[in-house]
Amino acid sequence: MGEIPTPSQTVGPFFGFALPFAAGERAVDGAAQDRVRIEGQLLDGAGEPVPDGLLEVWQAGQFARSRTDSEGVFHFVVRKPPAIPGPNGATQAPHLNLIVFARGLLKHLVTRLYFPDEASANSTDPVLQQVDPERRHTLIAHAAGGALHFDVHLQGESETVFFAV
Amino acid sequence: MTMAEQTSFDPPYLHPDYRSTVLRAPTRPLVRLPNEWFHNAPGPAFGRVPVAPSDADLTRQHQGEPLGQRIIITGRVLDSDGRPMPNTLVEIWQANAAGRYVDPGDDHPAPLDPNFTGAGRCLTDADGRYRFVTVQPGAYPWRNHPNAWRPAHVHFSLFGPDLASRLVTQMYFPGDPLMPHDPILQSIADLRARERLVARFDLDTTEPEWALGYRWDVVLRGRNATPTGA
Repeated sequence: MGEIPTPSQTVGPFFGFALPFAAGERAVDGAAQDRVRIEGQLLDGAGEPVPDGLLEVWQAGQFARSRTDSEGVFHFVVRKPPAIPGPNGATQAPHLNLIVFARGLLKHLVTRLYFPDEASANSTDPVLQQVDPERRHTLIAHAAGGALHFDVHLQGESETVFFAV
Repeated sequence: MTMAEQTSFDPPYLHPDYRSTVLRAPTRPLVRLPNEWFHNAPGPAFGRVPVAPSDADLTRQHQGEPLGQRIIITGRVLDSDGRPMPNTLVEIWQANAAGRYVDPGDDHPAPLDPNFTGAGRCLTDADGRYRFVTVQPGAYPWRNHPNAWRPAHVHFSLFGPDLASRLVTQMYFPGDPLMPHDPILQSIADLRARERLVARFDLDTTEPEWALGYRWDVVLRGRNATPTGA
């Protein structure tokens, strides 16, 4: 490694006038056949909603950004991605990379959302296999009223699995 | 502290001097994967975030000019292998000259400036260069501890080529006496890494009869960088 990378600092509480952009939550238009709506809540270690969080989806050329509301709720409309090849010939189950920013996070967190209707692909996904079986459920969304629900717990019994990147 | 944290230049997640970390820092170790898993996740298509040339001049977004010291902030975005990062999105946001954010959540009793929003964006040029014109942000109080004041800073959000290079950080101004007292800046243990966040005054960037110039280069993690925070 050459130069020292510029260190991270928190996004702080006052990004709401700068980072959200029009229709930023939608990576596909509302008419797309394979679109999926994702909803979730960002929660702190006391189980309280995080009202000043920002989440981003990065996957397969898709980018979306959602600020949490006063209840800590975020949402995205994205295209469900296909399974993709990973290193060493492995196949990765369909998933979305999620990045979490908030006041109090000195560096963003990275996690993954997997799909509940992909049990077979999930069972052989090389990333999920690196995760403690007891904690894998924190990475799998569940179907709820026509959307997928995916809460992000920063701490606690159901603390979401985050990845070192 | 684990070995990975010792070799990381990023702050730890848990830094109790910055009170908001206590209920928000993950408590379990991050799951470490081979680099290429996330380096394979390419960055977003920037067509999604609209960027107009005027977005880089925060002093010309309203009818009149904002109050405060006019400044130019410019520099290059590089990766840690020394390569320039062309055509990458840089977003900034800041308080006005009085230390007040436009954000409705900011209740600091300092005046808003009808001629200043404090948000800008641009794409880097072929050499990885960015340039903003803005006003010097004011320091402002916060409630982290008694008599707590944030040093003047500009927030930066940068992308780079892939997920591993994503960076949100803050740029500080040289000589600011509040820096040693700021638990957010001081959360970075390594002095050289902290100094990375401080711009330098630059007479060559300064424009006569017009604006002070600051230089600030940003180094994003390159493909050979080690995952942090494991």
